[in-house]
Amino acid sequence: MKIELRDPNTIMKLSRLGSFHQSKLSFLRSFLNEFKDWEYKRDLFELDENGFGKAIYSFNKNNKIYSLLCFSNYIKDEDRSDRVIATKWDAAFVLHDGMPEKKDIERLYQNVPKQEIGRVSYKELSLSRANKSVRIFNHVVESLSVGKQPDKKKLSEVGYLYRTTAVYGSGKFGLADRFRLKNREEINGPFRLEMMLVYLVRQFTFDQVNHIAKLKNPNKAIELDKEICRNLGIGNSTGLGMAPFIINHPTLLNNWILARETALKKIREIQKVKSNDKDLFLNCLKRSLNNITTWNSDSEFQKNKINQLLSDLNKFINFIENEFDFNQEYVFNKIYLWIESNLKDECIEYIVSIMMEPYEQITNPLVKKMSSDEEKYFNIPADRTIFDLRGILEKNYKNIIKIDFNDKENNKFFWFVSKNKEEPRLADRYLEEGHELEQPLAIARDIKKLHERISNEKNSCTIANFLIENNDLRHIVRRAFIIEKFPYSEIQDNIIGSKLIPIDMLRLKLSFFGALKFDPRSDKWLRITMFQGAPLPYELKKFNDHWIYNSIN
Amino acid sequence: MISFSEIDTTTKRASKAIGFSWGIAEEVGKNIRNMELFGLPGVKNLNEYFKIYPNKQFQKISLISEKNISDKIPYCPIILGVNFLDQIKVLENKKEINFKNIAYPMLFLPFASRGSELIGKKIFLNIDEKKFLLSFNQAIYSNASDKLIIEKTENLRLSFIENNNSFSEDEWKEIYKLSEKTFVEEKDSLKEYSAGAGLTDND
Repeated sequence: MKIELRDPNTIMKLSRLGSFHQSKLSFLRSFLNEFKDWEYKRDLFELDENGFGKAIYSFNKNNKIYSLLCFSNYIKDEDRSDRVIATKWDAAFVLHDGMPEKKDIERLYQNVPKQEIGRVSYKELSLSRANKSVRIFNHVVESLSVGKQPDKKKLSEVGYLYRTTAVYGSGKFGLADRFRLKNREEINGPFRLEMMLVYLVRQFTFDQVNHIAKLKNPNKAIELDKEICRNLGIGNSTGLGMAPFIINHPTLLNNWILARETALKKIREIQKVKSNDKDLFLNCLKRSLNNITTWNSDSEFQKNKINQLLSDLNKFINFIENEFDFNQEYVFNKIYLWIESNLKDECIEYIVSIMMEPYEQITNPLVKKMSSDEEKYFNIPADRTIFDLRGILEKNYKNIIKIDFNDKENNKFFWFVSKNKEEPRLADRYLEEGHELEQPLAIARDIKKLHERISNEKNSCTIANFLIENNDLRHIVRRAFIIEKFPYSEIQDNIIGSKLIPIDMLRLKLSFFGALKFDPRSDKWLRITMFQGAPLPYELKKFNDHWIYNSIN
Repeated sequence: MISFSEIDTTTKRASKAIGFSWGIAEEVGKNIRNMELFGLPGVKNLNEYFKIYPNKQFQKISLISEKNISDKIPYCPIILGVNFLDQIKVLENKKEINFKNIAYPMLFLPFASRGSELIGKKIFLNIDEKKFLLSFNQAIYSNASDKLIIEKTENLRLSFIENNNSFSEDEWKEIYKLSEKTFVEEKDSLKEYSAGAGLTDND
């Protein structure tokens, strides 16, 4: 039986994309798989009794080394902020290509804690900073120093000791450009270096609390229990900075979604599902319920989503246990058709993710296809015609070109880059100044404009001739020819309309990272955790790939 | 050191700020990054051009022909480059293209370099006495090693190089013969079984 890929006009709606969850395709999971046979080492650990100082961790294999430099320092409580506009952090990190020499360590010590106003070099691969979850950090240190393990319930409410507030890569602040690294197979997955940085930072946080507790009370202190460590991740605060990325990397977005859609299609096409694959699917499904119940958020929006997800999952489990027969052909196709008709987006995509768990033979080859060289598709095929362009627009943007942008509600927001921090922001064009400096992210509006503009052009007119008088739409013509080849490259929604929920865009990206516990703090930023439940570095040679369904409780 | 990615982003934004559309600004960002990758002074040329751009007039060419002359006002190298790139599939059929009077002609160079990749032909380009060979946007060879901040050129001549070899048939035979020394002479026994098909490939 041949199953069609799901329709981009449905899947690429923001409400659907904002319901995506981690899966076997997620970058933090594929990172662990890639680096599981690398040697992990703590190369340097020079912290004082307060945990301030520097440390170096590395992965190495066949003379290739990636090392994380950690710089931890004192900051006042009032200076601690998760906003990207902060200028001081509890710790700053950089991933270095190779083992740093003394002069590199000194250079990086001078620059890394400054983050955006410091400079790093082509020898550095990723840059980040993080703040303590002070309440949890102090509780852990206090407990360990008196010989007690910390309160698991308290830990489960947060899920991490530190949270990062930005993780930079690819040429930012002088970091290595992507082209320098693109032939290295081990980092050929999207955001693999950023994942490595976050993973090693997680280990630093454990080592730091153990160290402080030990120096605080050398006779009584104990180390943080390994099981507790495993169930702690790294938090992350993410704002709008992430949103334009998925607009500005259309072929990359396509490859992420296409990998997911291809996996689902192939799973639905399995004629006979093996008994142990069925068992694994059901096992992951049931274990994952624990994760959802420890998913805390003060956001009403998210609480409703979590409640709906739980209710739908229980409905699904009831269906599977009481009405469904696994001894039939094309089981996963039948499950999929049922969930599409009976459940909401959040749960549909949740179950789609879990369907992948038994099938690494399907997902592993797809992981290798999730990168993209955007440059290859940059040139506009200007010898094509208006006939071609019109066909592309009407096929690929059929809902978009129906939107009325004369209606203020559909044209409410504009995206801009803040002068203070060079970060993307969103504002109301009718209330705020600055819309003349709008970023070219209003794809839906500009597609509509392009469709209108070509309505009077002759079919035989070449794109080259059209552009002579219409170069104001050049950026959007480029995109139209990209979507022709990459059907999942475009969000099929209006991201300047009043109904926009920006965190849907962040959720999409974070789900591919492998984030858990989405906790929106407003409609524009959210907190998540990464690597919660993941094996510790010394366990990488042998670990259960379904660790993500472990729960702190 | 400023990364190439930062050069791309910043020059794109600067190009938008000076008045180009976002689509053209994207082209400029990629071009300046390419120039710097090739070791050519992209940022310097762009900076100099943008200093005079707001206060001077520049000819914005639309359809490019074999001879393009703008006597009074110099051509804008960016609009010229964008249109050259867009029209290259038509232009490649012309033997030679001449432009008279272009401001900051080095800014046109990366457009031509990308054009070379698009049509799969090398492009030979003269900016006055300076010569450039553009090879499929993979490399740029030049006889000019300095003074590459050029305010204006009176003559920019460009020709498409057909995909011919740069060596003679004899020269090829000579090198091929040497390469044959890595082959093994097949005796009858080897002919029989080493390819797997025996002495005949007929049924």
